[in-house]
Amino acid sequence: MASSGLKIAIVGGGLAGLAAAMKIAEAGHQVDMISVVPVKRSHSVCAQGGINGAVNTKGEGDSPAKHLDDTVYGGDFLANQPPVKRMTDMAPAIINLFDRMGVPFSRTNEGLMDFRRFGGTLHHRTAFAGASTGQQLLYALDEQVRKWEVGGSVTKYEGWEMLSLVLDDHQVCRGLIAMNLQTLELKSFAADAVIMATGGPGLIFGKSTNSMTCTGSAVSACYQQGAKYANGEFIQVHPTSIPGEDKLRLMSESARGEGGRVWVPRDPMDARKPKDIPEAERRYFLEEKYPAYGNLVPRDIATREIFQVCLEGHGVGGENQVYLDLTHIPAETLTRKLGAILEIYEMFVGDDPRFVPMRIFPGVHYSMGGLWVDFEQRTNIPGLFAAGECDYSIHGANRLGANSLLSCVYGGFVAAPAAIEYGKNVERGSTESNGIHAAELKRQQEINDSITRSEGGENQYKLHEELGKVMTDNVTVVRYNDRLQATDDKIRELQERFTKISVNDSNLWATQAIPHARQLKNMFELARVITLGALNRNESRGAHYKPDFPERDDENFMKSTIAEYSAEAPVLSYEAIDVSLVEPRKRDYSSSKKAKS
Amino acid sequence: MTTNAHVEKKRLENPPSTIKFKIQRREKEGAAAHWETFEIPYRRNLNVISALMDIRKNPVTIDGKTTTPPVWDMSCLEQVCGICTMVIDGRVRQSCSALIDDLLLASGGDTVSLAPMSKFPNVRDLKVDRSKMFEHLKKVEAWIELDGSYDLGPGPAISNETAQERYALSRCMTCGCCLEACPQYGDDNYIGPQAIAQARLFNMHPVGKTTIDNRLNGLLDDDGIGNCGNAQNCVQVCPMSVPLTKAIYETNRDITVNALFGWLKK
Repeated sequence: MASSGLKIAIVGGGLAGLAAAMKIAEAGHQVDMISVVPVKRSHSVCAQGGINGAVNTKGEGDSPAKHLDDTVYGGDFLANQPPVKRMTDMAPAIINLFDRMGVPFSRTNEGLMDFRRFGGTLHHRTAFAGASTGQQLLYALDEQVRKWEVGGSVTKYEGWEMLSLVLDDHQVCRGLIAMNLQTLELKSFAADAVIMATGGPGLIFGKSTNSMTCTGSAVSACYQQGAKYANGEFIQVHPTSIPGEDKLRLMSESARGEGGRVWVPRDPMDARKPKDIPEAERRYFLEEKYPAYGNLVPRDIATREIFQVCLEGHGVGGENQVYLDLTHIPAETLTRKLGAILEIYEMFVGDDPRFVPMRIFPGVHYSMGGLWVDFEQRTNIPGLFAAGECDYSIHGANRLGANSLLSCVYGGFVAAPAAIEYGKNVERGSTESNGIHAAELKRQQEINDSITRSEGGENQYKLHEELGKVMTDNVTVVRYNDRLQATDDKIRELQERFTKISVNDSNLWATQAIPHARQLKNMFELARVITLGALNRNESRGAHYKPDFPERDDENFMKSTIAEYSAEAPVLSYEAIDVSLVEPRKRDYSSSKKAKS
Repeated sequence: MTTNAHVEKKRLENPPSTIKFKIQRREKEGAAAHWETFEIPYRRNLNVISALMDIRKNPVTIDGKTTTPPVWDMSCLEQVCGICTMVIDGRVRQSCSALIDDLLLASGGDTVSLAPMSKFPNVRDLKVDRSKMFEHLKKVEAWIELDGSYDLGPGPAISNETAQERYALSRCMTCGCCLEACPQYGDDNYIGPQAIAQARLFNMHPVGKTTIDNRLNGLLDDDGIGNCGNAQNCVQVCPMSVPLTKAIYETNRDITVNALFGWLKK
């Protein structure tokens, strides 16, 4: 490889990171890829449904302009529209590229890619590969990047976790510090530019549909070093997930699409088997409250209602669970239409959903918010870029299904050339010699040392559980200002107690206690951004719902929330958004006919 | 879900009040292994991961000895990333989808044993290093050669049947169950079913076919496909039901055909 090439560090090896790596390698530059897990095991594998793009193969007159409209409308007019347009314009080419890379997309009789319908649109716009499209897209990029790895232009650091950025005296990003999770060795990675592609922060809520790697820790580190974090309060909660002690697993919306009914026993402590509870002693609360739409009310409404029922103690067994019942539908129909997703339930719960009602509960699923970026995926720190779920740019107040895989690839494809362009023009400081890397390395080592030495009896895993509980209870589906304020107080209490943790692992080789402690420390900071962002936004928009402020308030809040770190509390400000392409209108899914796509 | 009749799953009746976990411990690679037993309260719907999380919080053995928390890998917890694979009650599988009730039903006891996979370097406790599996993917060039990632329109038309066959192969999550169960595999002497199936995945693709020689050549070395002893353990333990033995058979056939025409190993 030409030594004149640039060195760009990418943090995270999911769809966004791999997309950027492929583009940078193809342009003849070098990539250092830092990932906590082997990149093929990144969270992108969990996406099931598909990837959107107006390829328009069904003669429906679909177009990128319609995809743009669906996306900004579904996002309740909080996204800057130009990057959304650029993404929906690019989408057909992205899907075609994955087809060329050999993704086994489902095909039509003619052997072309097949497309299906998804939420929030009237068009067949979603390309899919079985029930694991994310896995298949990730693998395709993993394969391409492996080829570049063999060619020598990509170097993977798998099992390394980013701890902090290396910033020079002018707040310019010159690289990063990462920790080897096996040896706990710290290493500085000098780079002409750094691209963050670390995914979402679901673990802040304790249990979510996210993978255990989705801590938001690296992004939080950037935020604490001066990167702006935008729209943190917008967290998508999916109505139907399978509660587990370890995580919440997604149960696809198609279960309700095929006729699934949501109910609870009138007596929550009813000990009978669900099939033995007579109709009159069941409460089909969605059907009762929304006779027209029943169980197929939009995602945010279903989420709110289920959450509320359980919060009031009416969940099955008094717990956070309601029945999602398919047992009235013939088993053979269910096998044919929903086999793959019902198998997931059976695998993890043990009950066959064709004969026993599923127990489900809303689960934290996706963060629309993230690092602030401009239309070229540049953060406010020169030399630092972001792409994928960890940036805030595309989904506004609510994400549409099958748009996330697209936005990851789009973000990577935009960030890569932008980082190259930046790297070619940036003035090289004497970054190696003036000691900024060594100084940052030392600062990070001291944090490790202080965590190792810390004594005081607090248990880091219990603190994490407490954080997850208070966030899930108060900062997800229904939000009240007094509870948000109390949550912030609680987070600060947890931060105080964190200074007294006793790490319970005396063997530092491959220990998970030190990395977890560092992640938790960073999670507290992002948790405050999410909570206080929600507290300050006195309106309801998309996933953010306050009963005390039930309407969308465009005059005051059709703006991005910007959080900047300070030791006391996040400093919040608001930035006007660019709505030059689609005029904002009321989002109204309540009357179906006009349900604009 | 093989039948449309309701086969009520056998449930653990009279579950024990506590469950014991016998865990193989190793401080680091090369250190001697030993076993420690932990006990946690029984709850319905526990899986191995939740039990390990419980133990990690307060790692005290059944003898009351405070010890270090067991180390293991986990990520997606939906059996699609492959990272949490270990040997559970003697069988290699993912720990996220290993439900405690099922394990106790099968064993009839109140103890679950957890050990790391034995065919890979043991990093610590239940964590292993499977990086050589990714090296195998390099050797068989498991990718499509693109002219470039710019916009060149869609790929070639492919029948849905072929797409479904390729999808089945492409579900492989590089978890290593097949290598752990393969009697021929050890000390990296054999590239194994995973890599052969991935070679097959790309050899089946119209564009992938153009570089089939490179892939087949990667399977002709001393560690190549000739090592398969046809034990068929791989296909039995594969959690994704990847048709591994079929892929090995078909790849052998491709090699024979190509060898007849003499263009391999030119």
